[in-house]
Amino acid sequence: MTHPASLVLFDRVSKRFGDGPPVLSDISLVARPGEFISFIGPSGCGKSTMLRLIAGLTGVSGGSLSVDGGTPEQAGSELAFIFQEPTLLPWLQVADNVEVPQKLRGVPPAQRAASRSAALALVGLSGREAAYPRQLSGGQQMRVSIARALTLTPKILLLDEPFGALDEMTRERLQEELLAIRAQQAWTAFFVTHSVAEAVFLSSRIFVMSAQPGRLRAEIKVPLPYPRTAETRLSRDYQDLVVEVSQQLRAVKTAA
Amino acid sequence: MSRPSLLSVMVAMLAGVLFLALWTMVHYSLSEDYKFLLPTPLAVLQALLHNAPALARATGNTVEGALLGFSLALAFGGLSALVLSLSPLMRAGLTPYLMMLQLTPIPVLAPLFVLWVGPGLKSVALITLLVCFFPLVVNTAQGLVSTDRRLVELFQMYRASRWQEIWRLRVPAALPYFFAGLRIAAILAPIGAVIGDFSSGSSAGDGGGLGFQALIYSSQARYPELFAVVMLTALLGFLFMGVVMVLSRLALSHWHDSYAQRDG
Repeated sequence: MTHPASLVLFDRVSKRFGDGPPVLSDISLVARPGEFISFIGPSGCGKSTMLRLIAGLTGVSGGSLSVDGGTPEQAGSELAFIFQEPTLLPWLQVADNVEVPQKLRGVPPAQRAASRSAALALVGLSGREAAYPRQLSGGQQMRVSIARALTLTPKILLLDEPFGALDEMTRERLQEELLAIRAQQAWTAFFVTHSVAEAVFLSSRIFVMSAQPGRLRAEIKVPLPYPRTAETRLSRDYQDLVVEVSQQLRAVKTAA
Repeated sequence: MSRPSLLSVMVAMLAGVLFLALWTMVHYSLSEDYKFLLPTPLAVLQALLHNAPALARATGNTVEGALLGFSLALAFGGLSALVLSLSPLMRAGLTPYLMMLQLTPIPVLAPLFVLWVGPGLKSVALITLLVCFFPLVVNTAQGLVSTDRRLVELFQMYRASRWQEIWRLRVPAALPYFFAGLRIAAILAPIGAVIGDFSSGSSAGDGGGLGFQALIYSSQARYPELFAVVMLTALLGFLFMGVVMVLSRLALSHWHDSYAQRDG
């Protein structure tokens, strides 16, 4: 199978941990550059494992997975991961936290500082360079985490329920900011979430997953045009899509 | 771990005054024949002043031994903790020997040290090292392996090398544990030096430390002087502890939760 335009290619991928039951089974998926793909499904459907496979944090048990034409391990420098928690180093100031990935890569200081300033400006935290993580709110910490992921100008951004722990207001604002940043940078996103509204607002494609073992059960395209703003949430098309994805998700849950 | 308030200082001072008063009362309640068992605080203070030169020299020697042993423990303890943190196999293989070091009574080892490096400062330092080593290693090693799993994953994600993971992540994350061990070691260092002095102190050359001085006073039944030695040893412990607390505050207060401001 050749897909010249594919950035991430799952070909009948399965995954199990040790001798345990399969976590993922028969996953086939072609992601093209520029897509925003969300995985939604009940707990234990393996949606986080999908991201960890792409990131090369764990390997496939069967089938094949290629990222940017190579193995996930080879694609390391093209990837950035935004975790559920901000995962900041508490002993470093915001500036140093944002520079961690570049330091690990051996990027020279002048270049580090430039990307750091640009990334902090993107998330609206210029001027907070000297703050320590514990002096920031949960939303601000997540912004620092996003800025840190953007410093390496990744081709692929993996987001594992990054806004799950935030209040609704902050959550919606960060979703809008994330899309605004995406308009300026050309990364492809894989997003894991429990929230149907969040998936519809952000994604160009949504995969509804079922559990035990995790499978891709339904694929829903989201044709809403970008840029999407707060107004998008009020549109009829958006609300219809939320209903559709909710129904698919309920079908998966009752079947289980 | 917040700064002591004026109120807490006053409470501590009041407790001290009450303690001294109680001590004095006990002395005067004893019959004449037994008053020597507990000299008054004033008598202890007089003994301290009368023997100032001898006690000052002994204190200096003990501080020297304690500092040397403490520094050696810091160096070897930190290094051993790093080695232990490298793999579970390393921990399983080496922990029994660490335990053995800790489980061997000092009085049994002391004659050996005297045999190997001679009496006096060197032996005292070695015994102090032995006393301080264990809490430092155990705490620091625990800290090095307790790094937040999510942060470790972040470093893996960015393909950090083993050394980057150790120096940029595990070592700074272990600092609070390290300082917890260091505080215990700081309290134990003067005690270790005094105990070391008991068994391997020497009147030759340096004239011995507080432990050796205690042996002399004890054999001469000079109990007020003996109490003065007790006071000085406790004071040294406070001093060592205080320095470590200040260092700990400098290293941790800007980021670690143990120094977080609380209301009320």
